Amino acid sequence: MNRSLAGLLIAVIALVATGCSAGDTETEEIVLMTHGSFVVSDGVLEVFAEETGITVSVIQSADAGTMVSQAILTKDNPVADVLYGIDNTFLSRAIDEDLFLPHRAAAIDTVPESLRVQGDLVTPIDFGDVCLNLDPDRLESLGLESPDRLVDLADGAYRGTLVVEDPSTSSPGLAFLLATIATFGEDGTYPWQAYWRDLVTNDVRIVPGWDQAYYGEFSGGSGSGDRPIVVSYATSPVAEVYFGDLDAAPTTIVEDGCFRQVEYAGILNGTKAEATAGRLVDFLLEHTFQEDVPLSMFVFPANSDTSLPGVFVDHAVIPAGSILMDPAHIDENREQWLAEWATVVR
Amino acid sequence: MRTRPWVLLLALVPAAFLGYFFVYPLVTILYTGLVPNGQFATSAFAEIVTDPTMRSIAWFTLWQALLSTVLTVILGLPAAYIFARYRFPGRSLFRSLTLIPFVLPTLVVGVAFLAVLGPGSPFGVDLRGTIWAILIAHVFYNLAIVIRGVGVLWEQIDPHIEDAARSLGAGRWRVFREVTLPLLRPAILSSAALVFLFSFTSFGVILVLGDLHHTTLEVEIWRQATAFLRLDLASALAVLQLVGVTVILLIYGKTSRRTAGELPLRPPTEVARRPQTVGERLFITATLGMLGLIVVTPIVVLVARSLSTPTGLSLTHYANLFDPPRASAIFVSPLDAIGNTLRFAIPAVVIAAGIGLMAGVVIVSTRGRGGRIFDTVLMLPLGTSAVTIGFGFLVALDQPIDLRASLILIPIAHALVAIPFVIRSTVPVMESVQRRLREAAAVLGASPRQVWREVDLPLVSRALAVGALFAFAISIGEFGATSFIARPATATIPVAIFRLLGRPGTFGEAMAMAVLLMAITGIAAMGIESMRGSRSGGV
Repeated sequence: MNRSLAGLLIAVIALVATGCSAGDTETEEIVLMTHGSFVVSDGVLEVFAEETGITVSVIQSADAGTMVSQAILTKDNPVADVLYGIDNTFLSRAIDEDLFLPHRAAAIDTVPESLRVQGDLVTPIDFGDVCLNLDPDRLESLGLESPDRLVDLADGAYRGTLVVEDPSTSSPGLAFLLATIATFGEDGTYPWQAYWRDLVTNDVRIVPGWDQAYYGEFSGGSGSGDRPIVVSYATSPVAEVYFGDLDAAPTTIVEDGCFRQVEYAGILNGTKAEATAGRLVDFLLEHTFQEDVPLSMFVFPANSDTSLPGVFVDHAVIPAGSILMDPAHIDENREQWLAEWATVVR
Repeated sequence: MRTRPWVLLLALVPAAFLGYFFVYPLVTILYTGLVPNGQFATSAFAEIVTDPTMRSIAWFTLWQALLSTVLTVILGLPAAYIFARYRFPGRSLFRSLTLIPFVLPTLVVGVAFLAVLGPGSPFGVDLRGTIWAILIAHVFYNLAIVIRGVGVLWEQIDPHIEDAARSLGAGRWRVFREVTLPLLRPAILSSAALVFLFSFTSFGVILVLGDLHHTTLEVEIWRQATAFLRLDLASALAVLQLVGVTVILLIYGKTSRRTAGELPLRPPTEVARRPQTVGERLFITATLGMLGLIVVTPIVVLVARSLSTPTGLSLTHYANLFDPPRASAIFVSPLDAIGNTLRFAIPAVVIAAGIGLMAGVVIVSTRGRGGRIFDTVLMLPLGTSAVTIGFGFLVALDQPIDLRASLILIPIAHALVAIPFVIRSTVPVMESVQRRLREAAAVLGASPRQVWREVDLPLVSRALAVGALFAFAISIGEFGATSFIARPATATIPVAIFRLLGRPGTFGEAMAMAVLLMAITGIAAMGIESMRGSRSGGV
């Protein structure tokens, strides 16, 4: 018995030792914390290593909300040096918690003014729009016009056609709720709550996540459901063309009521490598990374000098009037809006 | 109790592991959440007590878990019985299939359930957003626990006991109720406890199949912590969840202790036989039909989806996985994904089997309160929310060595969940090992170590194989911890599936990847099955 016990103790010690040695490697390393949807092509982060001699180690959280909570929890001793992927719905809280060190990225002048944040606490890296996606064929077979404004969906003719994501469990779901709040306002004769009541009357289908909405309930593109209208992204038709090897997009978007999600990167307060972290933020806004963003994550590069891949040039639409909401306003009201929304749809 | 000192020494390893990787992170995160500025946040508890939504979430969490457990046990027992007692064509294939649901990511199960129970259902039902979809999903996931957990004891119980009762004139049902059931009780309660903990902390199933009216504490903790950044409320809910789990585990501990008797165990090769009567054949057919409906239908749907393309059935999606026609980093090479998955699974199995076995020996050797408390604490990680443990790692494990970004945490997190499986499958068998056998060996001059190695170990190793198989399944299917500290370069199969399901156009490839995951699970299950078969001959 004693021998096997000793063997196990040695094994445990060895395991812990492996853990240590994995932590402090010989070469210099910088840690990038991001969310679960982060994807990057092979060789992109290696360019940074070639330029600086520093390896980028990426750790991922399940989703943006989890990532921000984790960053707040560990702010006295951050796990990472740079945080990337925080969007405008969570930005304000992170700034209030003093998570970031200011940094003026080298290429910041290439970023449209509307995406930037005062004080350069974070740097915009990419953006995308959450928009209604349509299946024109199915709408036509139902004898319906393609709607071109959010308010159209309150019309009884569109009964049973819309599927949306739950805003308390899904990021596009929250974006769509915010879009309706911005569009219809919080008071007045037809506020957002009244609009949602009409959507409920019109049998809106609410599902927990994007993939259930798009793949499960939506009839267009690669969806296999029967609802012709879904809350998705402005780039979803582009992805359909690209992965389906098609000539034309099988789906379209409604340009009214789109909500812009901007993703930022920032240097985490408490990093022991501020200069390198700043260099990494600069790198994220340079061409090597920016040109990889469209086909990896199906969002637009924030650096407006970036050349887009052909499929984006031919098929992508950037909705002109996309809604950009003040992050502080979102943060102040999110909990209350979600609670109100829940009572309306219940 | 001459054996006391080595038991205490042996208890040190699992205690240290659990203390450092569970109790310490848990206490730290709850303290961080509940005592934010040096003051205890009583308001969070007040909020839970006064908010009717929270009360209904707590109530729903409890009753759906109880109902899921009862259903899973009722449906699992006949299946455990036929696999334990009969030899029939396809037995090992069928038994291996039942493990597959256990590893499937919930997103994938959501797809299958929508097809089977949604508007286009072949059974003509639409159960979307109903409690039935959730209950059926819990049965789908957890049947394997009952089939294997009870099966491993059932196949070693001497059928002559039942035969004797029957020859005295007792009917089949009466023999089952009065003879077999009491003998199986420890294993049934063990499996039921695991099913309950899984259902009580259900997360993915609820997120995919639930809706606003059907939410568990687990989901609410996650929502509060990550959507609202309300750490105080999340911690208070975590305490509530922990209290609920502890109470249930204490009740379980009391009931299971009362009956833990010693059974005359036999090698299963002597127990299983071919069905002889029409009734037996009918029973086997009916049970397999039930398994087919619950377990096989969703699997078949997923395989069909992976093969279906706009131009008919083909292997295009599989080919695309191995050789992506479009340059996009979302494609992870399946070989890399399999390699990464195994890199975490193998250490997870080693840790879970080693620590679980040590803990099992301690529990069996320590009668009375000490062993019971030890047992309960070891089960707790299974009943604790993943968010709580994950956040706990982050706030606690930065000293003395910063393990937070270390990949070693992934197999450790998997092992935390898997250890209860190793314990629950080995303890009932260990408790049932005949004392007479050990005493006889001792009389013949064997040392306690020899008795353990030559008498207990062979019998226990079969149960350990079951525990290890579950540990393997938990690790390869796990998504939470893996995505929590994973890196793009170490994407596992579930992570690869998550990516492919994250945007339009790669649905078929996601399904193909899921089929690969199912295939690996099936192969592993059959492999362990055949290993057990050959080894048991020597028992």
